[in-house]
Amino acid sequence: MNNSTAKLIENILDKEKMEMKPTRDGYGLGLVEAGEKDERVVVLCADLTESTRSLGFAEKFPERFIELGVAEQNMATVAAGLANYGKIPFVSSYAVFSPGRNNEQIRTTISLNNLPVKIGGMHAGISVGPDGATHQALEDVALMRVQPNMVVLVPCDSVEAQKATFAAAFNGKPTYLRFGREKSPVFTTKETPFEIGKALVLRDPSTGSGRLPDAAIVGCGILLYNALVAAEELSKEGIECSVINSHTIKPLDEKTIIEAAKKCGAVVSVEEHQIAGGLGSAIAECLARNYPVPQEFIGVHDRFGESGNPDELIEHFGMGISSIKEAVKKAISRKTPR
Amino acid sequence: MPHLHDEKIKELEEKANQARQLLIEELVEAGSGHTAGPLGMADVFTAFYFHILNHDPKNPEWEERDRLILSNGHICPIRYVLMAMSGYFPVEELKTLRKFGSRLQGHPEREKLPGVETTSGPLGSGLGQSCGIAYGARMDGKKFRTYCFMSDGEHDAGNIWESALFAGKNKLSNLTGLIDRNNIQIDGMTENIMPLEPLKEKYEAFGWHVLEINGHNFEEITDAVEQAKSIYEKPTVIISHNIPGKGISEIEFDYLWHGKPPKPEEGKKFLEELRTLGGKIQSEHQ
Repeated sequence: MNNSTAKLIENILDKEKMEMKPTRDGYGLGLVEAGEKDERVVVLCADLTESTRSLGFAEKFPERFIELGVAEQNMATVAAGLANYGKIPFVSSYAVFSPGRNNEQIRTTISLNNLPVKIGGMHAGISVGPDGATHQALEDVALMRVQPNMVVLVPCDSVEAQKATFAAAFNGKPTYLRFGREKSPVFTTKETPFEIGKALVLRDPSTGSGRLPDAAIVGCGILLYNALVAAEELSKEGIECSVINSHTIKPLDEKTIIEAAKKCGAVVSVEEHQIAGGLGSAIAECLARNYPVPQEFIGVHDRFGESGNPDELIEHFGMGISSIKEAVKKAISRKTPR
Repeated sequence: MPHLHDEKIKELEEKANQARQLLIEELVEAGSGHTAGPLGMADVFTAFYFHILNHDPKNPEWEERDRLILSNGHICPIRYVLMAMSGYFPVEELKTLRKFGSRLQGHPEREKLPGVETTSGPLGSGLGQSCGIAYGARMDGKKFRTYCFMSDGEHDAGNIWESALFAGKNKLSNLTGLIDRNNIQIDGMTENIMPLEPLKEKYEAFGWHVLEINGHNFEEITDAVEQAKSIYEKPTVIISHNIPGKGISEIEFDYLWHGKPPKPEEGKKFLEELRTLGGKIQSEHQ
């Protein structure tokens, strides 16, 4: 049922054999890969070198690593200057600080200047866990996607995170990349296609059977794994869902999303973010203009997070597998008979 | 940069006077904008565009150019005037300031007008960008210098001090800051709003070489910039003591002129003062 061109791992339901890695690991590897390819790549960090996984780059290219101390506003402006001069700077911090604390500096000196600074925001989402609400960025995508010129990427696992980081280095645009703290399933492979601005169909029930799916689940980030499991379980109940990886929230792959809406007639968005301003909003904005269908939103509903284990928080805040299944059923129930 | 001689000083003084006249005309036409700061910085800008900067107005993207970053973007009308006078764009275009479709935005935008280097207006972010440019240039062994003009009022902002720490740590000697120390900001006198003194000692404590000048004396301006080039171990900041509204006697030192333009009848009076050098010349304009 999983789309063969997506080249996912063999058995996504085998939790025992599943490799688990945080998406920030992929960021670290992507930085080194980009740094090896191009000497213009520089990495800036605000006193979080290890936890933002900038350490590998710092050790390999010490002369291209810049430590700024706990000063995210300055980090954004120094990066803007480096890009203005001709470098390709990545700024690494936690998403609550960057693009949180330094939002205006990003707006004026990076987005409005239209400079290719890459903002790596770690510890995004409720899955940050025990650190609690102060460190769980739930509004970062909203902050970034409303700024003109800014590209917004939310990779789903460490493998995709590495690809996204490498691709961002060479897209020539201001770019926000969002990563998680906790280990999460690695379900894509090196062969899984990745292109900025191009959503990827991970599961397509119409392949082979020819039967149109009942709903489309469009997600980003680590919750896409939950979406795939939910789709598998729903299939056993006779409900067929396509699953789409919309890793690029901006520019949104409108074509793929409109096609999915036409084919399925109902959409569920899945993201570890406030439902206001994130992927779900982007999808709703697109479909309202082009092909309105019932949509349900999996995400955080206008609340701050709290301390806890990542899994229990994801369940508690309504982003677990059962919540996704319920949302799919609700979206389908709202379809107008055709 | 050749040493200043009397003839050059006289030439710069005439250019600065001409710049102030173009500024008043530009602001009257725009009907909004800032007056006091641009007048106060007219001499510094003139010295930079007509003597100090290594630049090519016909090729604003020239890689080896000195970078002049204006952090307090609201005084851009005087930068526009000096850019026009030195050939970046026709002087006539100054009349489009703040108007729809103009390249001369109310606050300068890098994407709109080649040569302004950075977008600015929101205060406090120019020094960080200057640090980034200077740092990148030093990585590549580039010889050009980066200058950052700042207001005194924007030193209330934390971002400036974060950047000052960074420049001190990294000994960015290819970076020279220049503070428009005119002691006014929107709400009043800087020392009442949020005291900055002792400003010199603050920068010194952050690892900077500090110079203080009279920002209306061309010799002092150019000497300070030259001295900064010879300091290899530290970034240098020049505290330029400027008179807000300089050149128009009735608005000098008046903070209420921070953010408003002259009305047409005021503009006429101000231009007359500039053209006659405060009544010293009985010209045909009277």
